[in-house]
Amino acid sequence: MSAAISISGATKSYDEKCVLQGIDLEIQSGEIFAILGPNGAGKTTLVEILEGYRERDSGQVTVLGIDPSSASLEWRNRIGIVLQNASDAGDLTVTEVVENFAHYYTNAKPPAKVIDQVGLSDKAGSKVNTLSGGQRRRLDVALGIIGSPEILFLDEPTTGFDPEARREFWGLIRGLREEGTTILLTTHYLDEAEELADRVAVLVDGRIKEVARPSELGGRNSKGARITWSDGSGDHFEESATPTEFLRKLSVQFEGEIPNLQIKRPTLEDIYLEMIEGRA
Amino acid sequence: MSTLVIGLHRGKLELKQFFRQRESVVFTLFFPIMLMFIFGSIFKNSIAPGVTFSQYFIAGMIASGLVNSGFQQLAITIPMERDFGTLKRLRGTPMPPLSYFIGKLVVVAVSITIQVALLMGFGKLFFHLHMPTSSDKWLRLVWLILLGSICSTVLGIAFSAVPKSGRGASAVVSPIVIILQFFSGVFFVFTDLPSWMQQFAALFPLKWLTQGMRSVFLPDTFAVKEATGTWESGRILIILLAWAVAGTVLAIKTFRWSNK
Repeated sequence: MSAAISISGATKSYDEKCVLQGIDLEIQSGEIFAILGPNGAGKTTLVEILEGYRERDSGQVTVLGIDPSSASLEWRNRIGIVLQNASDAGDLTVTEVVENFAHYYTNAKPPAKVIDQVGLSDKAGSKVNTLSGGQRRRLDVALGIIGSPEILFLDEPTTGFDPEARREFWGLIRGLREEGTTILLTTHYLDEAEELADRVAVLVDGRIKEVARPSELGGRNSKGARITWSDGSGDHFEESATPTEFLRKLSVQFEGEIPNLQIKRPTLEDIYLEMIEGRA
Repeated sequence: MSTLVIGLHRGKLELKQFFRQRESVVFTLFFPIMLMFIFGSIFKNSIAPGVTFSQYFIAGMIASGLVNSGFQQLAITIPMERDFGTLKRLRGTPMPPLSYFIGKLVVVAVSITIQVALLMGFGKLFFHLHMPTSSDKWLRLVWLILLGSICSTVLGIAFSAVPKSGRGASAVVSPIVIILQFFSGVFFVFTDLPSWMQQFAALFPLKWLTQGMRSVFLPDTFAVKEATGTWESGRILIILLAWAVAGTVLAIKTFRWSNK
């Protein structure tokens, strides 16, 4: 695998405030990569530098082997961007907008197919200003993928979605991965990162705290588990680094099932909150 | 895909948007007729033998229609498109910026052509206006509309960099347009204006567009009443061409995709 995105020592300040304090990151081609972080951590700034919307102050950045700050239209032909909050094109229909964007790319997908792929077939002839929030985001995604991008940028794609819409959306993203698209997304939702991402980076105060698979972030896989159960005298718990061993011993005290038995590993959210709490 | 082809696709899309905003379409297309009706009803005198004020005024109305539907419209709506994220989204695609400009030009040219047709039809029916009398004048009308549309479009795009946001744009743009209209002989007989006004107006394309339109709609005998005693068609062509080129360069240099 080769690096689709490569960042080393990237910094960015607005006025006096340092937003990115030296970012190093490699994202492999074909990977779904999520950037997690609290508001104001620099997620959007970082992504906008990669998209060519913003200039960094220093450091090296390449996306598909090209520096986005001096990128050409040929480069733009190879990437797709899903914006966080656009509210344009209200008087046009879904099909009209998607068909128009298809003309900008040399390798556009058939508009009707893309509209179907994002689940907007029923709304293909509807004006954009009659769409619900979630449907609008699907249109945003359709416009991001119409040009068969090699890399797709998604900035907080499911904000404001209901749970069902989010699940459908995840399915859509997985489908894109199967086509070989590299996907970089930022999100507030840890379940989303866990569900979709091959790797996540936690960005806090303009620095990357850790890059890992969601199941391994913060040593999550090797951390102890919490075992809870009940017996005649009440509820009990035990923190153990070797839960299997503990359970083996515990089980001999009971004839059959252990009442109310639960073994819990720390969730991604537990780990994440631990990581961002440490900040100043 | 070439810049021009993408530009024409943009033009098609922008035309759809233009015609779907009903109130704005009605206002844009019928406003010149309204003005024509008002001025035509107030000034019933002739300014030269066989030349009514309305006949003089239609030239100014067409020229200022060009300024309104191009320069004014774009300098106000492009900052709004920045606010809405339209431009940010386009910036993220391989669409050439020039295609976006071409799309705007298509709308301006279509809009002004309809306005001219309406003005001429209305003028002929209600104010007994004379139509251009020779194929020469018709041809001049065509290149004036074309060059005027280009100038108005590119200068509107260039000026759209000035307003900080869509909300304040109209307050910045409208006074400029109105003053320019007064100075350029749209509402009054140009040569009756103070000479400093005439000289100031000569710096901008509207004065030349208006004069060119007069040469289309007024009898050639009226040319002696112009500032230099002739229509100056050649000079008008050169000046408008120069503005078109300069405006395009300016528009490309100053165009902003986002509100910083």
